[in-house]
Amino acid sequence: MNADRIQEKLAILADSAKYDISCSSSGSKRKNANGGLGNSEGNGICHSFTEDGRCVSLLKILLTNYCIYDCAYCVTRRSNDVQRVAFTVAEVVELTMSFYRRNYIEGLFLSSGIFKDPDTTMERLVRVARELRQNHKFNGYIHLKTIPGASEELIAEAGRWADRLSVNIELPSEASLQSLAPEKTYHDIELPMELIRDQGAAAKEESKIIKSAPRFAPAGQTTQLIVGASPETDQHILTLTDKLYRDFSLKRVYFSGYVPIREEGPLADVVAPPTLREHRLYQSDWLMRYYGFDAQEITTPDAPNLPLDIDPKLAWGLRNRDLFPIDVNADDYELLLRVPGVGVRSAQRIVAARRTQRLTMEHLKKLGVVLRRARFFLVADGPVPFADRQLGELDSVRLKHRLLTLDTGARRALKQSQLSLF
Amino acid sequence: MVYTYDGTFDGLLTTLRRIWQAGGEAISIRPQTGAQHDLFAAGTHVTTDEVTARAVWANLLRWLPEQARETLYHVFLAEQPDSESLIYRYVRRVIEQKGADIREQFTDDTVRRVLDLSRWLKREKHRMEAFVRFEQTTAGLYHATIEPDVNVLPLIAGHFARRYADQQWLIYDKRRRYGLRYDGRRVQVVRPETAAPMLASGEPETRNQKREALLPAALAEREPTFQHLWLTYYTSATIAARRSPERHRRHLPKRYWKHLTEKRPAHLLPTMAEQAARPTTTPRKEQGRRAREQK
Repeated sequence: MNADRIQEKLAILADSAKYDISCSSSGSKRKNANGGLGNSEGNGICHSFTEDGRCVSLLKILLTNYCIYDCAYCVTRRSNDVQRVAFTVAEVVELTMSFYRRNYIEGLFLSSGIFKDPDTTMERLVRVARELRQNHKFNGYIHLKTIPGASEELIAEAGRWADRLSVNIELPSEASLQSLAPEKTYHDIELPMELIRDQGAAAKEESKIIKSAPRFAPAGQTTQLIVGASPETDQHILTLTDKLYRDFSLKRVYFSGYVPIREEGPLADVVAPPTLREHRLYQSDWLMRYYGFDAQEITTPDAPNLPLDIDPKLAWGLRNRDLFPIDVNADDYELLLRVPGVGVRSAQRIVAARRTQRLTMEHLKKLGVVLRRARFFLVADGPVPFADRQLGELDSVRLKHRLLTLDTGARRALKQSQLSLF
Repeated sequence: MVYTYDGTFDGLLTTLRRIWQAGGEAISIRPQTGAQHDLFAAGTHVTTDEVTARAVWANLLRWLPEQARETLYHVFLAEQPDSESLIYRYVRRVIEQKGADIREQFTDDTVRRVLDLSRWLKREKHRMEAFVRFEQTTAGLYHATIEPDVNVLPLIAGHFARRYADQQWLIYDKRRRYGLRYDGRRVQVVRPETAAPMLASGEPETRNQKREALLPAALAEREPTFQHLWLTYYTSATIAARRSPERHRRHLPKRYWKHLTEKRPAHLLPTMAEQAARPTTTPRKEQGRRAREQK
């Protein structure tokens, strides 16, 4: 192994892979049963964090940045003047094994530019995974990017070795895809997503009958779409997200705030990545998956974009003041979850704690409720401070103003929670 | 009544049994290590008895669910001044309430503090599972040094044994001066003063073996290469347009940087074999002096 050469390739191929946001290594339970190397215990581990605050869990690289496609948003598009390099299968295997042995990573996330054709590319990705599993007894996490247009057989084999597969939907609408990535269509992208969904479901059925039946990508499939490179509203994006979850039984939809990578062409006027917007989308995604919110509740037809100054749950609360206050001593868990400042954990704790006693505001504080926000939306036992009573009577516009100006703590908390979802 | 014990978990469990035998009242329980003497409250010193300890540990399950029992162990590992009294009060409360599950009495201070400490332990455990960085030595051993906030080695042993089943490794807690060594079959505790007898082979102790067991000995030939590759990967994975030092430090607090390969400046990493001739490990002071002289 020529260290300098590998170092150069690694720098280039890690740099090009970093726009794939996901670094998750969760959702798979793989035991180190064959006395080999590694395991997955369900919850991934972030072994480090980059200086932009993102989790480093997997060795996330491209096999090569040679690409026959010319997608405007992509750094490896064929018309871009960058140095082209490629790893060999053996090099990726060795990097993965050596990094894993040193506890740097949870596993490998391998993607690739499309060289020659989809099948050739996919075959090479599959070969890396097969070598790791078969020849090196590697039981760490493997996430393979699935190349649209690859054959069904290759996708089936990919699912046999990998923990997770993903196909990127790329952009929030077919029209945007056509204008920025004219060589791709939603149809091409949805086809492998369907294959992965169906093969995953079939493998699950089979394993109910035969316990030793081979598993298929046990951590499921995910997708990613780029936000900020095309004109779709947040409402459009959330509706699409909801549909993707349902249509393809996806584990996650990732939003990648578009990072400007070129100074000319259709995306020339995008200057900074829409980090905050991306964060609000993730918060909304969370509300849909864990808080029982429907995509249509989070935005309104009049305001189809998420507010940037407050989080989507607080915004929803302010729009629906008539549903409040919620009684912490009586109302259902589902309603507690709707209170701004009450998270899943504190809602569960409220339900548990109120079995033995009536709860006061003081109790709620101890249970982890963010009272700064929540106190305007709920009632508990005990006296309510006069100042709070007054604030509670404010209309939504004024209340929001109060929360934003007086309440620097909440602002700070909001700012700090940015990107903590990875 | 004041009780002292030898500072081990078994010792504490033995003490609990003694307190109950004596009627269940304790003012304080504290570890008595060597030179410590408390003239004003010279209490009863309890001699650790492993059999008693094991029985107490097993008996606890009659009163509390296994998860709750586990949190008590976490409280002990948290090494807080009130760790012992918390454990005592928690158990006492459970017994008073005839084995009721008190884990959810979040409004009670003892219950909440136990829970908080347990969460702290779990967070530090999780961090150490993430932040351990092995270096391969010439002997093929993967060696790591850590300095965790709390005593987490007992909690992470299983994770590393399962994950790195096919490699020999040693994780040394520099702050608490002991380590865990895995020889391919089982995990054992190693201490600097007794390092050699702990070596799995049982061969006669040599100076080198002792060193090898606990100190980052001579690195394998390709070790520096992989460390530099990792640093390259880490640097390339950053999106410069999104750089945020605040977020970075929140997830990766500075106190952990010392033992993280990727957070050490490149010139402080071991030199790559092919660069051995070049003086890349010049100390910063020296570099600064040279730079000034050149001006």
